[in-house]
Amino acid sequence: MELTRLPFLKSALRSRYPQLAILIVMLAGYVFAILAGLLGTPVGSRNFSIVFVWIAWWAILILIAVPFFGRGWCAVCPIPLSGEWLQRGAVLNPLDKKPKRLNLRWPNLFRNIWLQNVSFLLLALFSSVLLTTPNVTATVLAAMPFAAIGLSLVFERRAFCRYLCPVGGFIGLYSQTAPIELRVKERQVCATCKGKPCYNGSADGYGCPWNVFPGGLTRNTYCGLCMECLRACPRDNIAINLRPFFADLTKPSARLDEAFKAFIMLGSAMIYAGVLLGPWGALKDAAYNVGTGAWFAYAAVFLAIIFILLPGLFSLMVALSPTALPKLGKGRGMRALAALSTPLIPLGLMFWVAFSLSFVLTNASYILASLSDPLGLGWNLFGTANVAWQPMLTSILAPAQTLALVSGLVWAARTAQKAAGEVRVSAIPVVGFCFIVTLIMLWLLL
Amino acid sequence: MRSFLSFLLVMAGLVVAFAPLPVRSVPPQAWTFRVEARQFAYSPSEIRVNPGDTVTLQLVSTDVVHGLYLDGYDISVETDPGQTAALTFIADKSGSFRFRCNVTCGAMHPFMIGKLTVGSNEWLFRSIGFFLLATLALFLFPRSIPFTVHRSLITDD
Repeated sequence: MELTRLPFLKSALRSRYPQLAILIVMLAGYVFAILAGLLGTPVGSRNFSIVFVWIAWWAILILIAVPFFGRGWCAVCPIPLSGEWLQRGAVLNPLDKKPKRLNLRWPNLFRNIWLQNVSFLLLALFSSVLLTTPNVTATVLAAMPFAAIGLSLVFERRAFCRYLCPVGGFIGLYSQTAPIELRVKERQVCATCKGKPCYNGSADGYGCPWNVFPGGLTRNTYCGLCMECLRACPRDNIAINLRPFFADLTKPSARLDEAFKAFIMLGSAMIYAGVLLGPWGALKDAAYNVGTGAWFAYAAVFLAIIFILLPGLFSLMVALSPTALPKLGKGRGMRALAALSTPLIPLGLMFWVAFSLSFVLTNASYILASLSDPLGLGWNLFGTANVAWQPMLTSILAPAQTLALVSGLVWAARTAQKAAGEVRVSAIPVVGFCFIVTLIMLWLLL
Repeated sequence: MRSFLSFLLVMAGLVVAFAPLPVRSVPPQAWTFRVEARQFAYSPSEIRVNPGDTVTLQLVSTDVVHGLYLDGYDISVETDPGQTAALTFIADKSGSFRFRCNVTCGAMHPFMIGKLTVGSNEWLFRSIGFFLLATLALFLFPRSIPFTVHRSLITDD
């Protein structure tokens, strides 16, 4: 169903003003979160930067934005804003004369999401400190726009978003499950289009900031939904469509960087469930005391689970299957394994949903208090500063988590059945792997 | 045949969701646990009792002010450093419940968590039942949907 047939929606998306208004609000909130983290109370649960970033924003991102709108967050993310304005020399419409910038091409070696995998893992290893310490959160929040500005002044388009952003990597991966997509209406129209303004830019819109040619889009992964192509297309050939959930997963990627992203996200959700939500104090101590021997051991185990244990178990189960990769020659085995790991995308997303439900429902009551006293300085702006901490909806938490995990397992198994059929292997080892890790996740959460 | 199998699966799902689990009939007892709280852990961090038991948790803080809030029972207690505070209740709800610190006690405070299991971890077993049923349903009702293989699996480049 084409949503851009709705005149109101189409004009709202084509106009720059609604998006700019949201971006400015987001930017103000982002800057305030940095200031709160640096100037406010060091008590995380009383500081706007921790409460609004890691509870409110995270809840909206993982429970609503990613599952329903894919990269919708990227469309209103304030991080690349300053860099993009500097790169373009304009805030709104394209200038007649482009400002002189280096506009270098991003190096071929890094035209993948390995750097995003690394940046996510770096944050993940320090997450116990990052999630709980306001000035650390503020420092990371402040560093990202500066990185984006630096890259925008040297490289073309949004190099930070596309290749470095630690959040963008997993949003892209999971955006394939969303029921929203940006696609061209008629491929033939794009094939005959001269100048390709959607990619190269025109007076009406900038060339795709995500370095994607919309005419070739088949997956949501790298489309940031910024709507520039909708504005630039002279033939009205860009559409926003409503579609079934998980639609992109029928076109599995055989890229190892994306496969490892799926393992990283799956493993991280399981490790967080054990470390942060589990009853084991020694694990929490190890994760929090950065730089100690215990932390190095924690980091080593963390990386081993993600890079050795999970991919190793997965590969072993597929390899031991009697119908393991029979017709794939040299070099294709890894690509087939990467394609077979596609079921880990819905499974991983649902792991994160189940994990986040527990974390968010338990701590959501801090939001009200923080709203009235964002810096923890004793203010009471809206009369809610003294709202007592109270876990919410704990009686439905376990059923909701079970529902999320069962849904994830069902979707993963469905995807595995399809993927295995095409790679000509049995789906049973992949479904078996998903079953085992889901049982472990369930045990960790309940 | 297909509708009969669907009917069977739905019935099995209802059994998994609502059937009472076998319970060991043990006469209720009174238990007292000394729970030491420190940044950011409880010791012991996992407690098991039987349904109907009378449970007293003696919370002792060894560093800063801590608390203990028990999910599901919605009861709590707080204690100052070096002091002991007691919380007594009848474990009349079965299942697994987290207990967590309810007094901001430092950076990792939101993750200072323990676990009380009353009887068996009922929801865990029911969930495993749902998983098995869901997996069985997938193989009973396989769906064939056109699937696009990535080009690199077919070609050499």
